[in-house]
Amino acid sequence: MHTNNDNLLELQDLKVSFFTKQGEVKAVDGVSFSVGKEEIVGLVGESGCGKSVTSLSIMRLVPQPAGKIVSGRILFKNEDLMTKSEDQMRQLRGDRISMILQDPMVAMNQLLTVGEQLGEPFRFHDKVKGSLRDMCIALLGKVKVPAPESRVDDYPFQFSGGMSQRALIAMGIANNPDLLIADEPTTALDVSIAAQVLKLMKEIQKETRSSIILITHDLATVAQICTRVLVMYAGRIVENATIKNFYKKPAHPYSKGLIQSVPVLGRPVERLFSIDGQPPSLFEMPEGCRFSPRCSRAEKICFESYPPEIMLEDNHSVACWLYAGN
Amino acid sequence: MIHLFKKKKKKDTRPKGGIRLPYVGFFCLGIFFLAVIFADVIAPYDPQEGDLFSSTIPPVWQEEGSLAHILGTDMLGRDVLSRIIHGSRMSLLISVGCILFYGSIGVTLGLISGFMGGRTDMVIMRMADLWLSLPAIIVLFMLASVHGPSAKTIILTFGIMGWPNYARIVRGECLSLKERDFVRLARVAGCSKLRIMFSHILPNIMNTIIIMATIEIGGIIVLTASMSFLGLGTQPPSCDWGLMLAEGRQYITYASWLVTFPGLAIVITVLGFNLTGDWLREILDPKQKLR
Repeated sequence: MHTNNDNLLELQDLKVSFFTKQGEVKAVDGVSFSVGKEEIVGLVGESGCGKSVTSLSIMRLVPQPAGKIVSGRILFKNEDLMTKSEDQMRQLRGDRISMILQDPMVAMNQLLTVGEQLGEPFRFHDKVKGSLRDMCIALLGKVKVPAPESRVDDYPFQFSGGMSQRALIAMGIANNPDLLIADEPTTALDVSIAAQVLKLMKEIQKETRSSIILITHDLATVAQICTRVLVMYAGRIVENATIKNFYKKPAHPYSKGLIQSVPVLGRPVERLFSIDGQPPSLFEMPEGCRFSPRCSRAEKICFESYPPEIMLEDNHSVACWLYAGN
Repeated sequence: MIHLFKKKKKKDTRPKGGIRLPYVGFFCLGIFFLAVIFADVIAPYDPQEGDLFSSTIPPVWQEEGSLAHILGTDMLGRDVLSRIIHGSRMSLLISVGCILFYGSIGVTLGLISGFMGGRTDMVIMRMADLWLSLPAIIVLFMLASVHGPSAKTIILTFGIMGWPNYARIVRGECLSLKERDFVRLARVAGCSKLRIMFSHILPNIMNTIIIMATIEIGGIIVLTASMSFLGLGTQPPSCDWGLMLAEGRQYITYASWLVTFPGLAIVITVLGFNLTGDWLREILDPKQKLR
């Protein structure tokens, strides 16, 4: 894979393993993708397929000491993050690369005020100009928390779920990062609040011109704000497509299954579609394509070796033997 | 339909009247702190000044007792009540000094150990194991005899000996807290490790630390009293309950009040701290059992 200078972030053959008593668990096994400037990329997959681990690796925050980035390169603005020291990484975190965590109700320290925590990205990157409190109030206003002047002194447990999530987003965008990783930002919220939060994220992205990696297992979320979709399965990327292509002509059988299993409003169905079987155990990966045991169109070769990445057209690639002939 | 099958309410197995216990503790501590704060006002006599003509007067309810010395006097004619009241200050000074000193060492090492993990953790924890395997009393004897017995020596030696308990408990809490999302969020925001340890994790462990401190203070008062009793703690003529016990020991057959009342003072204070500690644990940390 060649290095494209326009890319903000580029992962090359990233492998992350967890070393447990039962053996090595390859949570992420050779993931390569890139994120362009001002792009919103959706990273989709089932629970445990390695989405979150991938994102934590970008921040170099894989849980230690069990987890380890085994190999691969993480190029951010053409600099390899793997070669950075912990101190250099700390300079980047919360400043150039930022992250929004999953569950807003537990993501904040309940014993510190929201303002205290919101101010952290400023304080630890020497960005405080004037009053830190005013900066936090402005930030809360930016994510549309009502009455930010009084809210800034509240504790996280006084915030509702939607407001906590806004506060987390505020913390993520505090220093206008180049890359914002949102790890299931709407999973813990109800649908109407989730829609508001997504709208807010899109607005902010337009304003700050940052790139976003949106991690989710909800295809509706992806459809709302993403420009490109990466489908992950059992530690690998199986399909990489623009949003249009993904919904119109998904190539990988797994992607097809995913789209089919979303119930459509107003179209009554007897039985919801589901993909047969279970995702493979991370301890015993199938030899060939990881999806082969569940795939209805699997052939002999699928069980023998892992398919290469095949370009279908510009900006649409898939890892599946079905397309190897063309 | 799960909600239809409501769980049978568990029977409250707490002993009846348990709720009144803290008041006993508060009462004991109340007396203790009154004595500490108002020692100069309450004490009828100067604790150091004796009058050999009024030596070994028994307490007021015995035949030869007099109202002038409610709890009697010792061999040198010093008022026992005044000495006990002033002795409370020494107990508090030493116990709080010890707790602050070894508590802060223990908490810091525990936080570092739990948060850093890996080799640092191993080194600190093995050191704690080593420390716990040393017979504390013997080390105390040794240090006290090398540095000369005094209140300062007691605080220092206890400080050196006492940290592993704190370190272990703080480490345990830290291990579970550091996997929580708020720590990850702090790291994502670019906080330094020091900031995470002391501003994010420490406030979350504070409950445990306070409970431990309250419970341990009782133990320390007993220990310092034993040290003084053995002649390795505070030295005469200062007022210290353990020292009073030691001095009164030889006259126990005919002047039992010389050991009874200092002993009672120790019992009441320790009981007060322990009951209050238990009560604090119950309200601050209902899920956790300490040791």
